Amino acid sequence: MNSSDSIATSAQSFSPRHRRGSALLDNERWLGPLLLGPAVLYIVLLVGVPFLMALYYSVSNTTTGGGTMGFVGLKNFTAVIGTPKFQTALKNTITFGLISQVLILILSNALALSLQTNFRGKRLIRFLILLPWVAPISIGTIAWLWIFDSTYSVLNWMLRLTGLIHGTGYMWLGLPHLAMGSIIAVNIWRQLPLATVILLAGYGSIPQDIHDAAAVDGAGFWRHFFQVTLPLILPITLVALLFGLIFTFTDMVIIYNLTRGGPFDTTQVLASLAFYTGIAGGDLAEGAAIALFLFPLLLAIALGFLMIAHRTEVT
Amino acid sequence: MLDRTKRWGALSTRVGILGVLTFFFAFPFVWMLITAFKRTSDLYDLKHNPFLFYEPPTLEHVKRLFFETLYGQWLLNTAFVGILVVLITLLLAVPAGYALARLTRNWGAKLGIGIFLTYLVPPTLLFIPLSRVVVNLHLDDSLWSLVLVYPSFTVPFSAWLMMGFFKAIPKDVEEAAMVDGYSRMGAFVRVVVPISFSGILTVAIFSFTLVMQEFVYAVTFISSVRNMTVGIGVPTFLVHGDVYFWGSLMAGCFIASVPIAIIYNFFVDRFISGFTMGAVK
Repeated sequence: MNSSDSIATSAQSFSPRHRRGSALLDNERWLGPLLLGPAVLYIVLLVGVPFLMALYYSVSNTTTGGGTMGFVGLKNFTAVIGTPKFQTALKNTITFGLISQVLILILSNALALSLQTNFRGKRLIRFLILLPWVAPISIGTIAWLWIFDSTYSVLNWMLRLTGLIHGTGYMWLGLPHLAMGSIIAVNIWRQLPLATVILLAGYGSIPQDIHDAAAVDGAGFWRHFFQVTLPLILPITLVALLFGLIFTFTDMVIIYNLTRGGPFDTTQVLASLAFYTGIAGGDLAEGAAIALFLFPLLLAIALGFLMIAHRTEVT
Repeated sequence: MLDRTKRWGALSTRVGILGVLTFFFAFPFVWMLITAFKRTSDLYDLKHNPFLFYEPPTLEHVKRLFFETLYGQWLLNTAFVGILVVLITLLLAVPAGYALARLTRNWGAKLGIGIFLTYLVPPTLLFIPLSRVVVNLHLDDSLWSLVLVYPSFTVPFSAWLMMGFFKAIPKDVEEAAMVDGYSRMGAFVRVVVPISFSGILTVAIFSFTLVMQEFVYAVTFISSVRNMTVGIGVPTFLVHGDVYFWGSLMAGCFIASVPIAIIYNFFVDRFISGFTMGAVK
């Protein structure tokens, strides 16, 4: 825009007619809600309302067939809690989530630390590291289904090659502990990239002077890590952990594709049980009740995020 | 001398960690590629080294995938849903992000966090009531059900990301534009949006990958094979019974995962900076 143009337009903006026409578009009291409104309305309609519906379903006796929507109080919850299926699923959810997250925290720190220096091929390595996270999860798990195949498992073949096992090898998804181990491994494979990326950003944001100062003071690797680096990346580690927890506890794709909850429900988690009960089994009410047991957990995670948001605002 | 051994130790630890984990990450994709081009007789011979080709590579699995299954249709369905969802997401999240960054005073920050928190309400909690909503709207077994529902997880996070992008733009930019005669809205549309192009592109790519990732809603709402997205078509229809066509399956997995990953990789730096700017400021 040349200068004569801008003078012309700014002169125009002082003419009364122009001002009246754009009053709404200039008034920040109205423009804010106007721009925000559609998104908020959409979120209320497609997240808020269904959430309330889920709450209502869990205290009703509704099924996929529709029909009655009678109020039954806490019957669904009490009926659900008593079943061994639910108790196993709850226990599995906790085992699955905790073991996954502990390993992800350790490995993502190791990876992010290893990626601190520049070297040839770093971009390629980073691309490969990101692959499992970027690739559609339901597709990625199918590759694992093939890797764990009972007859043609390439994993068994590799273990045989290294002499670790003899004979036909393990039924990775067929034995309770192995199946749990397998889905934890796939979950780590899937979520480690995101945690690593978040931590890399955290490590990158630490000013070099701090590292230099620690080096001058003669801090060794572990002291440097635990006393200098770790405290500084703690908030961002918490972000990685919260994302990890939420994706682990609410995801059922890995289980749906690999074990379908089996063998004998040993890999059934709350999210998958809610699906099998509510959609496959047609009992919407009980499915909703099971899914709602995830809610206290999600609330705790949400509070964690609020804490972080509050802290970053204060500092 | 001691220093030298220490440095070697550190280097080999680093190479070891990167080597082992990179292998772990990349192996399933390598395995897809090997399986996809191996002849069936070669694939299922237990005496063969599974990494070697004893017979020449073949395209039989890829051909079966495209000519004997609805894989091509699933790819089109996914693209259809993805593009529409990206458009809806941008229309809702870009203005919302701008309003949160600039046009709201104290309540903006709180509302922003509130919107971000809705991203944490997972499909596993909402799919049951939404399945009823979809049926009542007569959208069951239709791709439009996914177009309707998917923005519920792309919009919150995208608005949050856009808020971060807009906050990083100096306020002078709009003030200068408004002095030049643009209204606030005009300054946003004509000046702020163009210079936020990289942020908008990040949100678009991010939303599209989320659509490709989604599974729970798709498997709940879509029942006929023709309407499936690639994410549910491959695992629910191609993996049926006990006779898996592993060659075709792996070809289908590779085609649906690696190209999008390569595109994503071009944006990953912008994405990472956007992600952390939005999530931790």
